[in-house]
Amino acid sequence: MRQLLAIAVLLATGLTGCGEPNSQSRGIYMLMDTSGTYSEELQKARLIINVILTRLDTGDSFAVARIDTGSFSEKDIIAKATFDERPSLANRQKRVFQEALDNFVATVKPASYTDITGGVLQAAEYLNEKNSGRKVVLIFSDLAEDLKDGYIRDIPLELDGFDVVALNVTKLGSDNIDPRDYMRRLEAWRERVEASGGRWRVINDLDRLDTGFLG
Amino acid sequence: MSFWNAISITPTSALTAFVCFLIFTTALYFTREPAHGIILLLSRAMHRAMRLAANAILRAEDRLHARNRQVLLAAGREAEERLIEREFERIDSTVRRDLAQCSVLERRLSEEIIKLEEDHSRSTEVPPAPPGWLDAVKAVAKIPSNGDPVVADILGDIGESLGKAQDRAIAEYKAATKERHQQLSAMLPQWRNVQKLTTDLNKNVITLLDRSKVIDRHVENYEHILQKSDRALRMLEASALTNFFIATLVMVIAVGGALINFHLIARPMAEMVGNSSALGTFRISDVAALVIIMVEVSMGLFLMESLRITRLFPVIGALPDKLRVRMIYFTFTILFILASAEAGLAFMREILMQDELATNALLRGQAAVLLSAEFQWITTAAQMGLSFILPFALIFVAIPLEMFVQSARTVLGYFASALLKVVAVFLRVFGNVCTYMGGVMVTFYDLLVFGPLWLEGRLTKDRPDAHEIKANRVYSNEVVS
Repeated sequence: MRQLLAIAVLLATGLTGCGEPNSQSRGIYMLMDTSGTYSEELQKARLIINVILTRLDTGDSFAVARIDTGSFSEKDIIAKATFDERPSLANRQKRVFQEALDNFVATVKPASYTDITGGVLQAAEYLNEKNSGRKVVLIFSDLAEDLKDGYIRDIPLELDGFDVVALNVTKLGSDNIDPRDYMRRLEAWRERVEASGGRWRVINDLDRLDTGFLG
Repeated sequence: MSFWNAISITPTSALTAFVCFLIFTTALYFTREPAHGIILLLSRAMHRAMRLAANAILRAEDRLHARNRQVLLAAGREAEERLIEREFERIDSTVRRDLAQCSVLERRLSEEIIKLEEDHSRSTEVPPAPPGWLDAVKAVAKIPSNGDPVVADILGDIGESLGKAQDRAIAEYKAATKERHQQLSAMLPQWRNVQKLTTDLNKNVITLLDRSKVIDRHVENYEHILQKSDRALRMLEASALTNFFIATLVMVIAVGGALINFHLIARPMAEMVGNSSALGTFRISDVAALVIIMVEVSMGLFLMESLRITRLFPVIGALPDKLRVRMIYFTFTILFILASAEAGLAFMREILMQDELATNALLRGQAAVLLSAEFQWITTAAQMGLSFILPFALIFVAIPLEMFVQSARTVLGYFASALLKVVAVFLRVFGNVCTYMGGVMVTFYDLLVFGPLWLEGRLTKDRPDAHEIKANRVYSNEVVS
């Protein structure tokens, strides 16, 4: 029967051209802020990741990484998967992915510094390597970057064709005193992303999370 | 320098405009005759071009109409031939089945009749009459004994013997009569057999007569078609339209069935051929599912062709019977295998759906909800049954497809014919509009040069306007043509 199917598919392939990888595949890279001020929000991040997992399909790539002192590193990737072509195997991968996330959230220790730029650079590298049709970087952070001395992050990002979505951008204590800090922070990131060729978006209402950004 | 400054030849704008108008109208007046000629020539050319185009289209429409007529008659002839052929096949089978047994029937009838004759002849045998000497003996026995005891004894014995002989004769007579009655009773079932045999024979003859009436009707239609009569054409047109709409309806229903079939197997197909690759904008798993359904439909078409139910592929119909029968078995086997495979895929679909639902529920923290799916087997069985039955149901698409193809030729032909007629009418109307527009433009031209014309009229008051006469003549000729 498999042979018959293979012949039928080959026949169709011969008529309509060679089969190509689906250019509609999506690559999602999520950065989770684990700095001291933000690590309490990780339960929300876990729920968002579960929602994203239900939306992803075979052939899509998904990776979740932490933002810590130096985020430009593969070691910060908590879980990653390119879902198999077969739906049953893809479902198994999703379960394994969820387990890895649950373990991480249960054992995470707050980071001293917040290197968001390094995380975005790592995300761009990962997604470019995957060559997905749609590339999305999710930043689950308050967007307050706090670099350790000696770390150089004043470098241009290459985000052409990327969607960068900031999730759950919480207000810091100082933001309440001067809200302009919060607005400046958001504006600075927007300018930086758009100057790099990416599209910027902020989603703070997680109760009614619109997963339209997944494409 | 602006345009207005460039043409300013007087100090005031109004004066400049007036001078320009004068120059313009004078120029138009002097070029009036050739301008009228060009306008009328153009309008006439347009009119003739449109008329020529309309005539060409009408000729094309005539050819198309003739072709439609031929197609319709050919299709009708073919259909009638097929019907007559089928009727003759039925008669042939009736004759083979029933009338081929006529000799047997006749033999059975003869046997029954012989038996009847024998029984009848036996039943006519007369029982034995009492012996003739009995009367003489009776007379002797009645002689008086005159007291002589010896004579009296003799006479007594004679009387006794006579009584016994009479009793024996009566008994024999009764037995013989009884036997006759028995033989007559035995004839009754034979008579019934004869009656049944003749009734059967009569039924067969009536069936044949009915068939012959149907054939007569078809032959009559066939004759009308051969004569290309209007009645036949009207009948065939109506039939083609009806067939077209019915076939379209059934095809739409079949497409619905094919879509359901597609959805039943597309998802599990991803498990076999992968879900990430694509052919154009279509997933390869979807394409594979579609190919499977198309293969099934093709096998169905071949099966119907091999069974000689449809005639879409004359090559198959013309195959030798042995090869055709092999083809029937071959196509049916492939269909059966594909239907079985589809049933398996439907089962797999249910498993995959359950797996996906379980994963999603787990991700949402709703794992307990899925444990109460106790009637799941019903949907699974229904899906499997549908997946197995639909490929066989799709076999019958061949019949409406054949009807659709045949009737579409006629219907599309008539549609194209009507379209050509409409285009021809439009071109004729447009050509006439062009002619009248020429006249309107000539009049408008004269309106622009009303000043010089008025002057000309004043100067040549007593003479007829040569320009007007000429223009009217040309215009009249144009309208008449």
